[in-house]
This record gives sequence, C-alpha cells and structure tokens, in this order.
Amino acid sequence: MNKYLTAYYNDEEDLLEGLNKIQSEGIKVTDVLTPFPVHGLDKVIGLRRSRLSVIAFIGGALGTLIGFFFQAWVFTVDYPLAFGGKPFFAVPSFMPVTFEMAVLLAAYAIVFAYLIHNNLGPGSKNIIYDERITDDRFLILISLEDKADDQIKEVETVLENAGALGITLKV
Amino acid sequence: MVMIAIGVVSLLYGALAGPGIKRMAANLLLNNYYFLSLGLIGLFFITAHAVSESGWHTSVQRIAEAMSSFIPIGGVLLLVFFLSGGLHLLYEWTNTEQLDEVLQGKTPYLNEPFFYIRTLVFLAGWSILAYFIRKTSLQLDIDGERKYFNRLRVLSAVFLVFYALSSVISSWDWLMSIDAHWYSTLYGWYVFSSMLAAGIAMLIILLYVLMKMGYMEHVNTEHIHDLGIYLFGFSIFWAYLWFSQYMLIWYANIPEETVYFYDRHLHFSGVFYINLILCFVVPFLALMTRNSKRSFTILIPVSVLVVIGHWFDLYLLIMPGTIGGEASGFGLVEIGTTIGFLGLFALVSFLTLAKAPLAPYKHPFYKESLDYHTHY
Repeated sequence: MNKYLTAYYNDEEDLLEGLNKIQSEGIKVTDVLTPFPVHGLDKVIGLRRSRLSVIAFIGGALGTLIGFFFQAWVFTVDYPLAFGGKPFFAVPSFMPVTFEMAVLLAAYAIVFAYLIHNNLGPGSKNIIYDERITDDRFLILISLEDKADDQIKEVETVLENAGALGITLKV
Repeated sequence: MVMIAIGVVSLLYGALAGPGIKRMAANLLLNNYYFLSLGLIGLFFITAHAVSESGWHTSVQRIAEAMSSFIPIGGVLLLVFFLSGGLHLLYEWTNTEQLDEVLQGKTPYLNEPFFYIRTLVFLAGWSILAYFIRKTSLQLDIDGERKYFNRLRVLSAVFLVFYALSSVISSWDWLMSIDAHWYSTLYGWYVFSSMLAAGIAMLIILLYVLMKMGYMEHVNTEHIHDLGIYLFGFSIFWAYLWFSQYMLIWYANIPEETVYFYDRHLHFSGVFYINLILCFVVPFLALMTRNSKRSFTILIPVSVLVVIGHWFDLYLLIMPGTIGGEASGFGLVEIGTTIGFLGLFALVSFLTLAKAPLAPYKHPFYKESLDYHTHY
C-alpha cells in the first residue's frame, strides 16, 4: 500500500457513526486501528468471522495424532519397557501425554497463525500510521491505489462530512 | 401428556412380573435416582446463576424451575422405594448377620438408622429449598421487588453449600454402597458431573419441545448457543472425571479397586463403550463448531444421545453390583421403567410450567438476557 489516506476520530461512537456514513458513500475502508476492541466494529467494516478456530482444530488434531502414535511407536517398537505389569501398548497411560500434546500444538498453532497473519512478533516491520492509536485515537485507513486525483478530493470531502479529523494523504 | 404418563406407568408394572423382582428394584432405583438428579440439576442451574448474578439464564430459568419441581415427588418415591424393601433387596450391607470383616468395619457409617436419617435430611432439605426458591422466584415476578431478588440469592447460596455436600454423600449412600467393599474418593463428583451433563441436555430438550409448541418466543439463538456450550463443556468435564477415576485404578492395579472395573469389562463391555461414546465422543465432536451449538438440528440429537448415554452411565454404576452380570440385561423392563419415569417427570415439569408465565418479565436481569450477545 503506497498511496493511502488516514483520518482519525476521538471517540468510538463517532467512529462507528462516521464509518457507516463513509461506507454508505461507496468508499471502501481498508482498515481501522483502535486502542481497544470496539464492539460492533467488525460488523460495520464487514469482517468475516475469524478462522482461528479451524487452525486450532488442525493443530489439536495433529497434536493428538503425533502424541499418541509417537508413544505407541516408542513403547511397542523402539524401546519396549515392561513396568507395572502393563501391556506394551497401554492406551490409558498414553492419554495424558496425548492430551497435553493436543493442547500444546493447538496453542502453538493459534499463536503463530495469529502473529503471522497480523504481521506481528519478532522481526516484523510495521508502519506506525499515527502514534496515538495506542493511546486515544481511532484511525481509519483508506487505500487510494486505484484512484485518480479528483477522486481523492471526493474521498476527502466525504470524510470531512463524516466528522473525521486530521485527514492526511500519504504517498 | 397425562395419559401417556399414567398409561405407561401402569403398563410397566404389569410387565414387571417377568424378569424377577430384583431386576425391577434395580431399575426403579436407577430411574428414580436419574430423574431426581435431573430435577436437582435444574435447581443447581438456577442457584448457580443466581449466586453468580448472571443474566442470560433468566430466559430459560422457568424450565429449570419446572425440572426442580420433580424433587419432592422423586424424593418421596425414593423413600417409599427404600422403605418397601428396596434397601434390603439391593444393598449387601443391610444384611447385618452375614457381614464380613470389611463391612463390619463400615457399620458405624453404613447402618440402617443412620442411612435413613441421611436420606431424610437430604430429601427434605432439597424439597424445602426447592419450594422456597420457586416461591421467591414467582414473587419476584409479581412485584419485582429487590427484596425477593436478594432473598433468592441467599437461598441459592444456602442450597449450593448444602448440595455440594449432600450430592456427594447421597451418591455414596445410594449408589456407591451397592458395591460396599469398593470405594472411590472421586465418586461423588463423578456422579454429579454425569448428572450435570444429562440435566443440561434435558433442559435443552424441554426448551426445544416448548419452542415447537409455540412458546418461549423470547429465547433467541444466543441462549441456545450458551446451553450448547454448557453441554459441550460438561461432557468434557465428565470425561475428565471418568478418566481420572479409571486411570488411577488402572495404573495402581490394586485388586480391591480393580474388581470394580473387572466386572464391568467382563459382563458389560458393550455398555461400557457405548457409555463413553455417547457421553463424550458424540458431544465432543458434534458440538465443536459454533454453528452446531446454535442450531437445534444438531443440538437436539446430541442432547438425546447424551441423556441416553448418562442413563447407561447409571446403569453401569448400579446393575453390576445389584443383579450381577448374568441376570442383568437390557429389555422391556429397562425401557418401560424409564419411559414411565420420563412420563412422570415430563408431567410434573409441564404442570409446573403451566402455572407461571414462561418469561420472568420482572426479573431484574430479564432485559439483560434479551440483549445478551455471545462474542465468539
């Protein structure tokens, strides 16, 4: 995103109202950056439900399989040990480790999927759009890649009418 | 509904002559305990939410109250059952002349007078608290005064403390003492978790029936979602306790403990695995996604299976110790008695439901319940 426009609000109620106005004019809002989660924001900017749960399930299923079959292989093929008069393939004793592996891999999958998808974590480079979005400002980002100069003027007017402050064009 | 219940109940008692009096008694105990516990879970549902001051449950609290109205009736039935010879028929320790050393050592606790005192205290305590909680809840609906809301909370707290002790001890008395030589410290919680999952499933089924009949318009998808989460969560909780008990006994491998599972593997291996599949595998896999918790098309079959599964759970707790592997089976007696009790339970619940408005309009949290939204 090389050419975009930022504007901010000071209050989340104004933000939601403004977003509705902007979007009713047919302008697509690329992203909204807020200092805290705003209820109903995901619906207003039309975000789909997070698919993090699918990733969690895949991670958990993988952990279950790895945990179970690794133990099964170790205790029957690789290094069978007789203890407590139990059979080598003793399913109940595999369960705690299997469960832990499921939880562990599900948790890892969630954390890394989250970090990668949001471009966060160590080594990531993020543009700071406005220094006060971590404090008290609600920032709107609008990408202007495919827009001509006169269209940009139009977008700015719409934003102004919708009560947005500090409209800045960044190239 | 009235006719179904009475018809079925009478039908059963005719059919009971066949397979022997002991099997009939075991079935009566099973179903009596099962439906009594479902009633108690109804009361637990209200009280736990009242104490935690949650809001969403107010939309379905009348159903839970209706379930709890079975407590006095189930209690009286259970008492009559014990007094009319059920105690001597099913419980080895009541036969005081032929006690071995182990059971003689347990006589300070397991003796008839003390058993009846405990039973009476529990049943009376539950019935009285259920009556007053229901009464306060209805009074709250009439004038919506803060006084009743506070009284409801106090009564709920009293019930929760009483129930925490009595649910555990009553499961020792009525169920674990069937296998009087054997013991498990997890038993009370295990039985409670089983009944909790079954109770939530029953609540969902009753809600569905009422909505099909055109009532409960104020209940929306969010409430159903939450009940689904409960069913999902408590099924996992049950599996956790089941495994905790099984795993330790399996691992330690002490004869006096393993004898319990030995018997259940030998003669009841089918029921043993059916129980696990219905109570854990089915709800765990079926209710994992958000959509399945929000739609009745998946939630209702799962709830029915869970109710059946926990019935089998009780079957496994009671049958091996009372009538043994050879004599027990699954036939008309089991199905008949269950339908009879189900009819009675449904009859009592629906009669109670009919007495009050289905939505507690004046409950302080009723509005909150309608606005409630699940954010995940």
